Amino acid sequence: MTIQDDMNPVSADPETNVDGIARTVTERSALQRVLTLTVGPILAAFLLSALILMLVGVNPLTYYGYILERSLFSGLGLQQTATRMAPLLFLCASLIIAFRAGIWNLGTDGQFLLGAVISAASAPLLVGVLPGWAVLLAGFVLAALVGAVWSLIPALLKAYQGVNEIITTLMMSFLGVLLASTLVKLVFRDPETTVPQTRTLPVEDRLPRLFDTSISSGLIWGLIAVLAVHLMMTRTAFGLRLRMVGANPLAATHAGLSVPLLTLATFGLSAGFAGLAGASEILGVAGNVRANWNPAYGLMVIPLVFLARFNGVGAIVLVFFYSALMIGSESAARRLGVPQDFTLVLVASLLICLGLGEYIDHHKRKKER
Amino acid sequence: MSGLLTEAFLSSLLTGAIVAAIPILLAGLGEQMSEKAGVLNIGIEGMMLMGAYVGFLVAFETNSLWLGFLGGILGGVLTAIVMAVLCVRLGLNQIVIGIGLTLGVEGLTALLHHFQFSRTYPRLPAPERLNIPGLTDLPVIGPSLFGRHLIVYLALIAVVVLAYLYRRTNLGMTLSAAGERPAALDVAGGNVLGIRVVAVLFTGAMAGLGGAYLANIGAGLFIPFMTGGAGFIGIVLAMLARGRPLWVLIGSLIFGAALSLTTALQVAGSNIPTDVIQMLPFAAVMLVLVLFGRRAKLPAALGAAYERGAR
Repeated sequence: MTIQDDMNPVSADPETNVDGIARTVTERSALQRVLTLTVGPILAAFLLSALILMLVGVNPLTYYGYILERSLFSGLGLQQTATRMAPLLFLCASLIIAFRAGIWNLGTDGQFLLGAVISAASAPLLVGVLPGWAVLLAGFVLAALVGAVWSLIPALLKAYQGVNEIITTLMMSFLGVLLASTLVKLVFRDPETTVPQTRTLPVEDRLPRLFDTSISSGLIWGLIAVLAVHLMMTRTAFGLRLRMVGANPLAATHAGLSVPLLTLATFGLSAGFAGLAGASEILGVAGNVRANWNPAYGLMVIPLVFLARFNGVGAIVLVFFYSALMIGSESAARRLGVPQDFTLVLVASLLICLGLGEYIDHHKRKKER
Repeated sequence: MSGLLTEAFLSSLLTGAIVAAIPILLAGLGEQMSEKAGVLNIGIEGMMLMGAYVGFLVAFETNSLWLGFLGGILGGVLTAIVMAVLCVRLGLNQIVIGIGLTLGVEGLTALLHHFQFSRTYPRLPAPERLNIPGLTDLPVIGPSLFGRHLIVYLALIAVVVLAYLYRRTNLGMTLSAAGERPAALDVAGGNVLGIRVVAVLFTGAMAGLGGAYLANIGAGLFIPFMTGGAGFIGIVLAMLARGRPLWVLIGSLIFGAALSLTTALQVAGSNIPTDVIQMLPFAAVMLVLVLFGRRAKLPAALGAAYERGAR
């Protein structure tokens, strides 16, 4: 996958990308590619962001050092990092499906929040009515359904009218975020609290924790989701069909595939996983949704998925580091007075440096031919 | 409902519609030129926000609204340069870089604002108004239509100038060629990348100006993340206008009305939650896309980077 050619799943796998000639290229050049495509952009992004930290008078070494210490080198921080991975992993699964199938689902924030709200609204009411595992299952299923339903209009418009999904999903995301907050205030509000929020799922009814740690088992489900999606997209006939639609819808039509139906399936699955991400945060960690709560993970996960070249395993590794960055910067916001918005700067630098890495790699390979 | 339809309500609705329409009109006009030339400029939200930030800062420091507008244009253009270099010159993916720019500007402006003003939001003095004797004194429509800042009328003139440019001039043809058949323009001796760079920079200037208007005239202050999707609405306007500036104007007035209903309903003391009211403009966009989405016509080479000799 190069960032230049549009989302082209044929070249999305590094393995399939290697043709006969490239196989003979030495080990050193493979290492060079990893450097230009992954390690280089990450380092460059941290350097670029360091300049901005210096601009506002913060010592970048202190800041980065604090983040590392807080998120990776302390037991509690590491557990928080692992717990935070769960919703991010579900979002990666969502985006891998969409991007490999050539669909720009930029509305994951709305789908995430509505999924979160419906699971927070339903689970506390089901406690006692259903056994514990069924409560959680119901929360997850409802969240996936609501997420999928919220993508229905963009999906239908894309499948049958050819309306660009970038705009429709973004607009539905803005609407979804506002609707989620309205639902918390007007419909699902807990009558016993003064601040507008949903009823709270008791800690003992949430997703169980792993061993003796505070890590939520949502992490395991997130890992399973990403790996399952990765296998589905790369190893099954259904995944191949979705990738064909993404590579060339016209060719897919000629091959006898129903492009509109596969487009609807892509939207449904992708938005469903975004809904699951919301549910994993609520049923695993938060327990309720407060009005106007919006962590806005959706757009931030996009660079990770691109950096991993839509590969599930790569995405898991990156999510771990990204999660550490988030936990560290949240703590730094309180202690060092650097607002969390800095993470946005870092993510943007990462996207830009990643693009530059692709450009350099593209041109090197052109010279080699 | 009768309580709502007072003169004050109508006047604030009309005023609000115009104040809200100008930023998205400018953004839509800017985006239209990029799209004509074949660049889908998702970074416009970031350009607008940068324009709002720089525009406000300049106006705040110099006490001059005009210098503020210039600053807004500068902020938008600076952001657009990044987009032009990465997406036009180097041919990187326009959507990924566009999202990156928007996120980056959101973070950067919020960060800088935090270190300059901490949690305070200083205000600018109210802008001076253009007074047309006689017309400005008319009830309801007088102050709304004829008492606006000069920039409003300049934006309207831009609609006419752009319409002329696209239809009657060589430059307009070159722009369309870059978006429809870049290879043909290249063969004919035109400079595809050059014209695309110009288009992207123009988008930055217009979006930056729109952002500065939003901050300096619309709100009178800068708040991080204040554009809140206005740039994206500009993209929708450009998509639906099928290359015609006049349609961008009509669209922006409709969405401006939807946006201003938000403030007007709050002025009227309605007890509908603000979240619901804030959904109006986005719901209007979706409604328009559902009804007319099929009619949106986009240039053939939109979103594709041009590389000479590539298949």
